[in-house]
Parts: sequence; C-alpha cells; structure tokens
Amino acid sequence: MIEKLASLLVLVPVLPLLAAAAIAVTKRPHRQRASTLAIGAMGLSCLIAVSAFLAIAGAPEERLVRNFDWLHIGNTTIQLGWMLDPLSAAMAAMVSFVGLLIFIFSKGYMAHDENYTRFFGFLALFGAAMLGLVIANSLLLLFICWELVGLASYLLIGFWFHKPEAAAAAKKAFITTRVGDMGLLLGMVWLHAATGTLTFYTEGGEGCLQAGALDSLGAAGLTARLIAPATLIALLLFCGAAGKSGQVPLHVWLPDAMEGPTPVSALIHAATMVAAGVFLMARVFPLLEVGAAMHGESHSVVTPALTVITWVGAFTALFAAFIAVAQNDIKRILAYSTVSQLGYMFLGLGAGGVAVGMFHLLTHAFFKALLFLGAGSVIHGCHEEQDIRYMGGVRRWMPVTFATYAVGMMALSGVPLFFSGFWSKDEILHAAHGWPVSHIPFLMGSLGAVLTAFYMTRQVCYVFFGPQRSREGADHGKAAHPHESPRVMTMPLVILATFAVGLGIFGTPAWPWAQSFLEGEHAHLAFGHLFSGEVLAVMGTSLVCVAFGIGAGWWFYGRQPISSAARPDALEERFTPVFVALKNRLYVDELYEATVIRFNALAARFFDVVDRWILGGAVAVIGYLVVGFAWIGRFLEDHGVNAGFDLGCRGIRRGAGAGAALQDGRVHNYLRALGIGFATLLLLMTWGCH
Amino acid sequence: MAPLHQYLLLSALLFGIGLAGVLTRRNGLITLMGIELMLNAANLNFIAFWRHSPNPEAIEGVLLTMFAIGVAAAEVAVGLALVIAIYRRYRSVNLDEVDQLKG
Amino acid sequence: MNDLPAITLLTLLPVVAGMLLLVMRPDGVLARRIAVGTGFLLLLGTLGLWLGFPHGSAGLAFQERHDWAPALGIQYFVAVDGISLMLVLLTGLLIPMSLLTGKVPEDRPVLYYAFVLFLGGGLIGTFTALNFFHWFIFWELSLIPAFFLIKLWGGKGRDAAATQFFIYTMVGSIAMLLAFLALFLATGKFDFLSLAEMGQAGALEGALAGAVGWSGISGSGLAMLVFLGVFLGFAVKVPCMPFHTWLPSTYATAPTPVTMLLTGAMSKMGVYGLVRILLPIFPDQLRAVSPLLLGLALATIVFAAWSAFAQTELKRMFAYSSVNHLGYCLLGVFLVVRLDPGIGDNAVSQAALMNGVVLQMFNHGLTAATLFCLLGMLEQRAGGHESMGDFGGLRTAVPVYAGFVGIATFASLGLPGLNGFVGEFLIFRGAFGLSPWVAVLATPGLLITAIFLLTFFQRVFLGRLDERWQGMADLSTAERWLIAPALLLMLVLGVAPQLVLTTINPAVQHLIAAVTH
Repeated sequence: MIEKLASLLVLVPVLPLLAAAAIAVTKRPHRQRASTLAIGAMGLSCLIAVSAFLAIAGAPEERLVRNFDWLHIGNTTIQLGWMLDPLSAAMAAMVSFVGLLIFIFSKGYMAHDENYTRFFGFLALFGAAMLGLVIANSLLLLFICWELVGLASYLLIGFWFHKPEAAAAAKKAFITTRVGDMGLLLGMVWLHAATGTLTFYTEGGEGCLQAGALDSLGAAGLTARLIAPATLIALLLFCGAAGKSGQVPLHVWLPDAMEGPTPVSALIHAATMVAAGVFLMARVFPLLEVGAAMHGESHSVVTPALTVITWVGAFTALFAAFIAVAQNDIKRILAYSTVSQLGYMFLGLGAGGVAVGMFHLLTHAFFKALLFLGAGSVIHGCHEEQDIRYMGGVRRWMPVTFATYAVGMMALSGVPLFFSGFWSKDEILHAAHGWPVSHIPFLMGSLGAVLTAFYMTRQVCYVFFGPQRSREGADHGKAAHPHESPRVMTMPLVILATFAVGLGIFGTPAWPWAQSFLEGEHAHLAFGHLFSGEVLAVMGTSLVCVAFGIGAGWWFYGRQPISSAARPDALEERFTPVFVALKNRLYVDELYEATVIRFNALAARFFDVVDRWILGGAVAVIGYLVVGFAWIGRFLEDHGVNAGFDLGCRGIRRGAGAGAALQDGRVHNYLRALGIGFATLLLLMTWGCH
Repeated sequence: MAPLHQYLLLSALLFGIGLAGVLTRRNGLITLMGIELMLNAANLNFIAFWRHSPNPEAIEGVLLTMFAIGVAAAEVAVGLALVIAIYRRYRSVNLDEVDQLKG
Repeated sequence: MNDLPAITLLTLLPVVAGMLLLVMRPDGVLARRIAVGTGFLLLLGTLGLWLGFPHGSAGLAFQERHDWAPALGIQYFVAVDGISLMLVLLTGLLIPMSLLTGKVPEDRPVLYYAFVLFLGGGLIGTFTALNFFHWFIFWELSLIPAFFLIKLWGGKGRDAAATQFFIYTMVGSIAMLLAFLALFLATGKFDFLSLAEMGQAGALEGALAGAVGWSGISGSGLAMLVFLGVFLGFAVKVPCMPFHTWLPSTYATAPTPVTMLLTGAMSKMGVYGLVRILLPIFPDQLRAVSPLLLGLALATIVFAAWSAFAQTELKRMFAYSSVNHLGYCLLGVFLVVRLDPGIGDNAVSQAALMNGVVLQMFNHGLTAATLFCLLGMLEQRAGGHESMGDFGGLRTAVPVYAGFVGIATFASLGLPGLNGFVGEFLIFRGAFGLSPWVAVLATPGLLITAIFLLTFFQRVFLGRLDERWQGMADLSTAERWLIAPALLLMLVLGVAPQLVLTTINPAVQHLIAAVTH
C-alpha cells in the first residue's frame, strides 16, 4: 500500500501541472472550466497527498524513494526523483490542503476579475511547482521547482500588471530571490562536484545526504581548508533559502509582493513558497549537521552553518516584528509578520533541529493563510480598502471573518494552550533557550514575541473595533458599510481556523507527535515533560510576553476607540522619530536604492560608455588611421613612387617604338638580316677555330 | 667513290646560288626556289657525311634526308599557297610590296 | 556507411536553389515560395541526418573524402559528429524560420532570398568541412552574403554597419588564414584531424621551428603566434571581448531575418571553430594562456550583461545579451583544458562543461533567433519605434505576443523547465568543478541578465498602456505558427535535454579525452 502510494506521489505535482497546461489553452470566456480544472486537480492531489501522509504516519521511519535518470554526462548520470518520507508527506499534505482551500477562496475573491481564467492557470502552475519542490528527492529537481515557484510568484504578484507598482514588485521579487538563488546554484554545483550526485537519498546509500557523501564532505575540510566544504555548501544553500524566505538582508521583496491579489499573498507569500527556504534547510539538514560538536546535556547540534542560520533567523524575527508595528497597510503588516515568523522558523531550525522549525512552518501555514484570507475578506468587504486607518468597526458587519481572524491573530500571537502557534513558538523559544552558543537569540525571540502580540492587537483594534472610518469623499451612495463575504470565501476561513486551533495538540511537549514524526520516530505520550522545570519556565516567559504584548496593544489602541483616520498613531505621538523610521521600513529599500541598484546602474552606464567610446573609439581610431595611411600612401604614390615609375614607363615606351620600327614587314629585309647574321656567325666560327 | 670535298664544294655552290637568289630577287616564287636550293644543299651534305662515316651500314643519313625532303615538300606547299594568297590580295608577287606586318 | 553523399547534397541544396533563383528571376512571392520550400527541404534533410546518425558513437558519420589537390594536402573531406550535427540541425531550423519571418522585401526580392540561401549553404559547409581549404571557402562564403544582406536591406546606418562587420570579420579571417598557411608550411597538412593529432602530440612546435624558422622566435613562440592568429579569427566571430564592437550596430541594423541568422547560426561558427579547430589543434597553447582568456570570457559575460542593461534600444539590448550568453560557451572552451585537480572528478566536470557548451550553443541559437524574430514583429507594428521608452503596457493590447515574448525571455534568462537552464547549469557545474572562483565570478552575469530582461519585460509589456498602441494588432495565425514550434522546442529541450545530449555526449567525451590526456 505504502509502496503504491509512494509511486503515486508523482501525480501530486503532475495533476496541477496538467491542469495548468489545459488552462493555458483555454479561452478567456471559459471561466468556470478553468477554476473547475484547477480546483479539481488540486483536490485530487490533496487526496493522494493526504493518503500518503496517513500511510507514512504509521511508519515514520520509512523513506521511499523513486529515482529516474535525467541526464547522462560523461560517464555519470544525473538523477531526478521523488520520495515519500515524513517531511515530504507533511509538506505535500499541507501545501495541497491549504492550496485547495485558497483555490476555492479565489473562486469568490476573483469572481469579477477580467482575467479569471489566467489567474487559475497561474495558480495551478504554482501548485504544481510547489508540490514538486516538496516531494523532490534531488537537489536539482528541487532547484528546478524552486525557480518555477519563483516564476509563478512573479506572474501572480504582477497579475494586475497594468498597475506599475505591481509590475515593479514582481520584478523586485524575482530579482531579489535570484540573488539568493545564485548562492543556491553555486552550492548545488559544489555539492555535485564534491559528491558526484544531487540525489538526496538512494536505496543503495549513494545519495548526497547519506553517510558516505557526508563523511567525505566533512573530512576533506579538516585537512585541506580551515572550513569544511560541507559548511560552505550549506551556507551557499542558505543564501537561496534566505532569499526565498525573505531573511534579512534579502527580505525587501516580500512586503512589496503584497501588490498581488490577496489569495496569492496567502498561498505563496505566507503559507507555502516563502516557507520553501525553511523546508530546504530542513531537507538538507544532514548536511548542516556535518562536523557537529555535540554538547553533552542539551540535544542541540552546533555547527558553523547552523549558528549562522540561528543568528540570521533571530535577527530577522526581531527586525521584521519592529517594522510591522508601524505599518498601516493591512497586508503589509501581515507580510512583515511573515518575515518575522520565517525568522523564527530558521531560529528554531538552527537551534533545535528540523522538527522545531518545521512544526512552526506547518502551524504558521494554516494560521497565516487564515489571516491573509481574512484580510482578503476584509478588503473585499471594505471595497478594496487596504489602509487600516480607513477601516474600523468591521466586526459588526463581518462576524464570521472577525471570529476566524481573531483565531488567527491569537494563534500568531501565541496565546497559550488552545492555539497551535503557542506550542510551535514555545518549542522554538525552548530550543533557543537551550542553545549552547548564546542566549541572545532567546532574548531576541522573546522580544519578538512581545512585538508580535502587540502589532496583531494593534491591527485587530484598528480593523475590527471602533467606529467606521471610511475615506473622505468615498462613494457613500453605493455601499456605505462593509458586507460579509460569500460562503465560498468564508468556508475556507472556518476550516483554516479549525486547523489553526487543532494542530497544536499534535505538538505539545507532552505528546510531541508532529516533532517525532518529522524526525522519523514514533511518539510517546509523556505528561511529565509538560511539567519539567525548564519547559514551564520557558512557557511562563512566553506567556508573560504574549500578555504584555496584547496588553500594551490594548492600552494604546483598544482602550479608547480610534475616532478618525487622520488621528496620528498612538505610538507616533509618543516616539515620533522611531516610529517614522519604522514606518519607512528602516530605510532598507532606500539603502539598496543608494548602493546596490545605483552601483548596478552606474556599472551598466560605465560599460556602455567604455563600449561605445573607448572600445568603439579605439576601433574608430584604427579605422581613421587606416584611412589616413591610405591617403598618405596615395599621395606618395602619385608624387613619389609613381613619379619615377612614370618616367621609366615613358622610356620603355620610347624604346619599344624604336624596336617596333625594326620590324618593317619586308621579308627581304628580314632575310638580309638573317644572311648577314649567318655570314657573321660563319666568320666568327672560322676565326674562332684558330 | 668521289672524295668528300667534292661533295662539299658542290653543296656550298648550291647553297650560295640559293642564298643569292633569296637575297636578290623580289619575286616571291624565285625566293621560294632559292630556299629550296639551300635546303637541298644541306641534304647533299647529310648524304655525303653519311657515306664517308665509319659506319655506312647504318641508315641515319638517308633517313634524315628523307625527313628533310618530306618537310621541304610540305613547306613548299604552304609557301606556294601563301604566294597565291598574297597574289590574290595584292595582285603581285613582289615581296617588297607586302609589308603589312610593319611594326 | 551510406553511399548517398548526404552532406554534400545538403550543402549544395541551398546554393543550387539560390542560383536557380538568380537564373529564373521569378517575382517576389514566387521567390519566397521557392526559398521557403528549399528551407523546409533543408530542414527535412538535416532531420534525416539526425535520424540516420549513429547516436551514442563518438566517431564521424556520413564521411565523404576525395582527393582534390593531393600535392597541397587538399582533400574534400566532410563528415559530422555529435557536435557538428547539432549545429547543422540548428542551421536547418533557422533557415526556414528566417525565410518565413517578415514580408517579401520590396527591393530586389530574388537577390535577397538567393543570398539567404547562399548563407545557409555556407553555414552547413562550415559546420561539416574537415579540411581547412574548403572549410575556409565556406567560412568566407557565409560572410559575403551576410555583408550584402546587411548593406542592401539593412536599416538606418547600414553602410557603416556592413563595412564594420565585413572588415572586422575579414581581419580575423586573414589572421586565421595566415596562421593556417604557416601551419601548412610547417606540416604540409590542411587536414584538421591530422593537425589535431600533431597538436595533441606536441609536434607542432618542432615542425614550425624547422620549417618557418623566423630568426629569434622559438618554436613555442611561433606556435603561440599561430594559435593567436587562429584565435583572433574565431574571437571576432563569437564575439569575445574586446573584439565585439561590431556586433551591436550590426545586429541592430541588419534586417530581422538576417539578425536571426547572424546571432542564431553565424555566431556559432566562432564557437564551433573554437571547439572543433582551436581546442583539438592547440590544447597546449590554450592551456598556457587560459588564465588570460578566462579573464576575457568573464569580461564578456559580466560586462556584456551590464552593457545590455544600459541599452534603451531593444535590438541593441538583445545583441549584448547574445554576447553575454556566448560568453558562457567561451568560458567552457577556455576552462576545459585545465589539468590541475579541481573539486571532485575532473573528467565529470569537463564532460559537464563541454556538454553544456554545445547545448548552450544550440539553445542560444534557438532562443536568440526567436527573440529577434519577435522583436522584428514588434518593430513592424510600431513603425520603426524600437526604444524601450516608446512602449509600455503592451500586454493589454497584445496578450498573445506578450506571452510568447515572455516565454522566450524566461528561456533566455535560464529558467528551469526551458532550454536555457540545462546548458547554463552544466557549464556552471563543470566550471565550478575545475575552477570554483571562475564559476563564482561568472554568477553576476546570470543575475544581471535577469535584471535587464525583466526590466525590458516590465517597461515594454507591463504598466499602463500607452494610447498610441491601443490598436496594435496581436499576432496573426501565421505568426503564431512560426513562433509556436520554436517555443515548444524550448520546452521540450528544457524538460528532456537527454534527447540531444545522447548525440553530444560521446563526441564531447572523445574530444576531452584527446585534449587532456
């Protein structure tokens, strides 16, 4: 059964791909057909993925691989393939399930869009690429899908391409992630050069993540270089992961990506694609562990690569949380929140291993998709208004959206016990606390948790509470107040909310089923763990953080209703310079504008000038020199060489005339000459004899 | 057998007569005849030298003479044809009037 | 293996058809029909060659060898192996595509089509010849029609561009001719295979010192001089920085179908020459100057990408883009002779590198020609406007066209799933294995390529539609049928590159074994 499911797993990406191809040739008016194709394909994929997940849930130590040859180069073969293991099964199930819900939601959200057909085509393409990415058993296949999700992201961010901002954001997203992808590409070719394979696992143990290859990677470094190749490869791969997952300093594209339609933001820029970086790191975790120095008491593994990942994650978690505090666009707040949460995932992965990071990835996917879809529902209900200052009081008109949004907000903030986000974030803080290298990431994470609770409370207060504050001069006649979204949009919200709550019970310290599953072990129920001192201490810290964050948020924004949109932000009144800096996203974009982008433009201009004027000029100079020499040559020819030559010619001509006169045409003259010659010859010979 | 010098004298005489005819007469036909005499003087020399050679059994001399006579016949044919062509063109066989090849 | 002189027939087909056109002097439409028919025959012929080729063998197939002037070592010797077969196939694809592009020219259409056909014959001859004598004839034969095509049917500034193109390539050709004459004096051979054997055995230096023997220059110095002469001939054609300045104006000025052939096939003559002639005959010399040449190749990659980013004129931008893409091929050829131990197994790296180079040649030919074809369609619709600033938001007006350009653009920037990726991946894989730093230094090229291509796409197709272009017509059915097969081929080669690697790999391995023993 499980063998058969493993073979069938390839259909998970292939079905949406076929749907995408079919939609590509579907004409624009066939809207219904397009959405049905996409949703149907995703539904089937989801079915297969969930069955595979359930099958492997019973046997988490299994890893079934299916490899096939793709290229023969020289005497080696590059294989592609897919695999069924806990990690890929969990991801495939999550992606296809969340994807399916978002596809359904889009049916309502995009109902009035002119390019509805194309939208579903792109969505299906994305689904195919993302599912291919998670089941890939080869770094090369993973990279291929990785770039394809980037393409889908580009197409979907720029879906409303007539908006210049959307077009610019799409380009920015593609290029910024490609900066990281260059690292990924180099890491990949290095890995292949060093181990001779890009397949993760093979039945015979020749995969690049299996003992033989890893030993060689670790060993080579000890003698030849200071840093093991494994570490450098891992860091190069992390460049790609950081680009895709919006880690500082490559985070700038993600907030801008919110120019895309909201379901896209939910699917690609919250739940799935941006988490691909974390997934990649989880997938190559054996590589990150190479050369680990085990620290006795704690279970943490410490390697240079993991240390870098931890620090980057912790910094991003805090950095983005700060920025999120001062944003006014409902989607941008969530975008920075996503960046921050991705930072948490890396922090968890670096400090605590695959399970810690991945569990947060899975819970985050559900509640962040929920929040984005909720935001989409709000935007839809408020007539495409995205600025939270112009919302307010939405709770009264959109009860379902409000209820589900509140669940998402509490899950993200980490409200204890009943919400999945609490358990997964707690796990990360716990891992950070036990990290032997430094305690600072733990403190950063805790502070980030405070800020998370704070900005989410701020957002909810702005959007759902207080009086309605629609824009001045808005068309009041049409629809004065917001309206609840149709069932096709609220149903996915409810389902996601259920998971945002329910998923937590699979990852409590007492019964860490999800964590064990992801590490390929069977889980054991042990309530005792819940009450060990350290666990309680960390839980207490996290509880205090959340309480403080929500309390402060309520103190600033909820205590007295925000009366008008023009009123300055409560924090802005108190800490103006800090708030303005945060509002301007700490000027990172401006910094890049002034450095990298300007450098690129200057370099381009420079080489253009070099090409046109210096190299082109050199060619022109050579050309003119040739013309000049030709002229001088002609001059010399006419008056120097040719002068003497002409003289000679004239002489020859005159001589030739004289010669020609000798030939008078009279035969007798010739004969006479002949006779004289003969006689002379005779006489000469006669005299010559003596 | 007459001694060699008699042959040579005869041959020289023939050659001299021929040469004089060629150089002094303007008539193309007579010029041709002169040339013919000079040729035959040479032929006579060939035969004489052959007969007095150490190995008269070999027949090179006769052969060469036969060839020379053959060539002379051909030459005369061409020469006569030329003279006739010239006569047709100029209504004269006086060679001094034929100087179209003048350079 | 086959009694039919297939290659000779293929070479003669376009030449004879071109001459027939000149003799018959039909009107423009008929001339086009005859030319296109010939083009398709050529395509069928090359496909037949491909099908009949013993895939998986490293040797030469379809050999024809006849003595021509034995005293001078001149033979008529043609054959294909996996590498040249790909280029013959590429020519077979591009000739009909180019003939179908655009309208019948108003001015002297018969001459135009005859020249394009001659060019095709020259290309196939160059890619199949194995004796310097007639190889050089074909090499020049392709240059002359190109010159007239640019000069007579080009756009603004065509006289200057044509002259520049001609003189540049001519200087290169002459340098090469002199170099080969020196080789002939030294060895008495014009045959590439025998020269390659001597070169690999290191016998050239001694022969040159003995026969040419300029006072004061050692044999190795002479060999290097000869090598540089040959290199110059190819470097101009590819082009390699800093011999590229003829290219942007030529590509921008030449009529679109000719630009397609220039970038698609003629630039490959240079790379092909490097692979087929320079590399096997001068492996030691190449090795000696490889650091310098690698610097040039890196400059070609990175600087050309930057220059492309600075262009506002579309054709010029894609001309630089073409230089950039061929830079990867140069990198591959210059790096493969390395003998120092790299990371992992050198043999695998070298195989990846050279497979990548040949694949990249084919892919670039296909993609660049398609892109120029598409640009020509835009130019035709926009009435000569070709500056990026003139456009904007065209995707609203011409969605199908935008989609086609999008696919070709992404193929060009190396998106996996389309053809460009596989070649670039293999080149980077090989380069990294042999010399990591070179690979690292080449990566900015990939990045800048993405930047300028996406900037192009954004500025031309996205954003608000300029009112001027409101009524622009989308692609006609004929135009769609012209482009769609090329796009399909890009997809197929991106998904299943093994289709052509089966052909390339044995030949490449044979070559590597010869030059790095």
